[in-house]
Amino acid sequence: MKMKSNIAVSDSGFIFNPDTGESFTVNPIGGLIINQLKEGRETQEISRLIRDKYNVQFATFEKDFDDFIGLLRNYSLIENG
Amino acid sequence: MEKLRYERPLIKRLESEMPNKFGMKIDHFPKTHIDGVPVKQLIEDYGSPVFVLSEAGIRNTYKKAKKAFTTRYPKVQFAWSYKTNYLDSVCNIFHQEGSWAEVVSGFEYDKALKNGVNPKKIIFNGPDKTENDLTKAIINDSLIHIDHLDELYTIVELLETLNKRPRVAIRVNMDTGVYPMWDRFGFNYENGQAWDALNKIMASGKMDLVGLHCHIGTFMLSAKAYGVAARKLTDLALGIKRKFSHNIKYIDMGGGFASKNTLKGAYLPGYDTNPTFDDYAEEISSALLNAEYPPDSLPLLILETGRALIDEAGFLLGTVISNKRSATGKRTTIIDIGVNILFTSFWYDHKITPAQEFTQFTEETTLYGPLCMNIDVIRENATMPLLNKGDYFVIHNVGAYNMTQWMQFINLRPKVVLIDTNDKPHIIREGETMDTLNHLEITPEHLKKFEL
Ligand SMILES: Cc1ncc(COP(=O)(O)O)c(C=O)c1O
Repeated sequence: MKMKSNIAVSDSGFIFNPDTGESFTVNPIGGLIINQLKEGRETQEISRLIRDKYNVQFATFEKDFDDFIGLLRNYSLIENG
Repeated sequence: MEKLRYERPLIKRLESEMPNKFGMKIDHFPKTHIDGVPVKQLIEDYGSPVFVLSEAGIRNTYKKAKKAFTTRYPKVQFAWSYKTNYLDSVCNIFHQEGSWAEVVSGFEYDKALKNGVNPKKIIFNGPDKTENDLTKAIINDSLIHIDHLDELYTIVELLETLNKRPRVAIRVNMDTGVYPMWDRFGFNYENGQAWDALNKIMASGKMDLVGLHCHIGTFMLSAKAYGVAARKLTDLALGIKRKFSHNIKYIDMGGGFASKNTLKGAYLPGYDTNPTFDDYAEEISSALLNAEYPPDSLPLLILETGRALIDEAGFLLGTVISNKRSATGKRTTIIDIGVNILFTSFWYDHKITPAQEFTQFTEETTLYGPLCMNIDVIRENATMPLLNKGDYFVIHNVGAYNMTQWMQFINLRPKVVLIDTNDKPHIIREGETMDTLNHLEITPEHLKKFEL
C-alpha cells in the first residue's frame, strides 16, 4: 500500500491532491498515519507505533485503521495495486 | 511515559461551501460532571445506561417558573403533571415546593394519594375516569375536570347515591391559531359545546362549578396562543358571572410550555429560540389582568406545566458500543441507549455530549441504539466529536416523559439516580431484573417442560 507521491500533509493537517484539485483535512493521528505510509512503513509497524504512543486497544485500532485506509482509497490518495 | 488519549484517524474532504478547515466546530464542552458528581463515577457505580436527575436542577427550574408568574399575577398555583414523571421522589420534590398534583388516571390518582397529597389538591383530568375513580374523587372532594358529556352524566348519576357536592371544572378546547388544534379533549369553545356543558352543570344544581380548564397542546412554540386561550376562558368565566351570578374560582391553563429541547427538523437550537417562562407568563397574566374582573375577584391561575419544569434536570448517561460505516460510507455509531428508554428521541434532536475531553474534529454521525430494530435511531444526523468504543456520553434534557413512557423491550429498564442538593447520589428507582418481569408471568403446567 502506498500513498501517492505527490501528496503532502502540512503541519496543520491540510492535504492537497494536485491530481484532482481536492483538499482535505486530517486529525493528528490521521496525519501521522499518512506520513508513515508515505515513508513506506508496513501496516504492522504503523499499528505498533500508534499503540505505543496512544492509549488504544489493538482491535479498536485495527478496525479504525482499515476504515481510514478505505477512505484514503475512496479519495484516491492511495495508489492502486 | 503516559500514553496520549486516542482518537480514531479522520480525514475529511473540504467542501467549497465549508471554509472552516475543521468543519463545523462543536461549541460545547464535555459534560464531565452532573452537579458535583463525575459522570464516570456515576456509570461505574450505577451501570450504563443510567438516568440521572438533578434535584437542584428541578428546584431551580421550578423557582424560575414560579417567579415568572408570581411577579406578574397575584394568585398562582402549580399542579405537578404526574404523567410527565411520576417517580415518587420527583413528585415529592414538586410537592415540597408547593405544587398540587394533576393526574389523568385512577393509577396516577392513587399514586398522588399514596404520596400524601391532600385529595382536595388533586386535579383529576382526562377522558378515562371510571365510575370507581369518580366516586373516589367525589368522596375525597378532589377537583374533577370533566372531559365529555358521558362523564358529566355519570357524575350526576353517582350523586343520586352519594351525599356530596363535588367541585368540578370543564376542559375547554379552542382555536388558538396554532395547528394542529387539540379538539379531542373537552368541550369546544367556538361551536358552543362548552357553554352547553356549563349550562347543564349549573342547571343540575348538584355540583360546584369552581374552574375552567384548557390544555391547548404540548411544546407550544407560540406564547401568544396562551394569551388567546386565557382570553377565551376569561370570556366564559365572565359570561357565567353575568348569567348565573356565579364566580369561577380558578382558570387552569394546563401545560404545554416548551422545554429547552430542539424539535426534530428545527433549524436553530431550542435553547436559543423557544419561548421562556417569562414570555408565557406575560401573555397569560396580561390576558387575565386586562379582563373585566373586579380587582378583588381575580381567579386563581393554575398551571399544569410538565416538560418545561423537568426536562433540563434529566440526563441519560451511556456508553459507545461500536463505530461502523454504513454501505453509503456514512459514519454510524452504536450506543447502549435505544428508543425503548429514550422515547423522546422520536420528537427531539437531543443534545449529546461526550463525558470526556474531545478535540475539534467532528464527523456527521448517525447514532443507533442497541435494539435489533430499524426504528432504533437516537440521532439521524449529529455532528459528533470522535468517540471511541467504551467512551461515555451524556444525553441532555431527558427529564420529561422518558421515565414514564419507557418500554421494557429487548432490554431491562435501567436505574434512575437522583443527585440531591448536597451532591449525594441516591437510587430512586432500581434497575429491572429478570424477577421484576418473571413474577408477573404464569406458565401453565403443560408448558413448563420441553425437550430439544
Ligand atoms: C391535561 C394536561 N395537563 C398538563 C400536561 C403537561 O403538559 P406539558 O408536559 O406539555 O407541560 C398534559 C400533558 O399532556 C396534559 O394532558
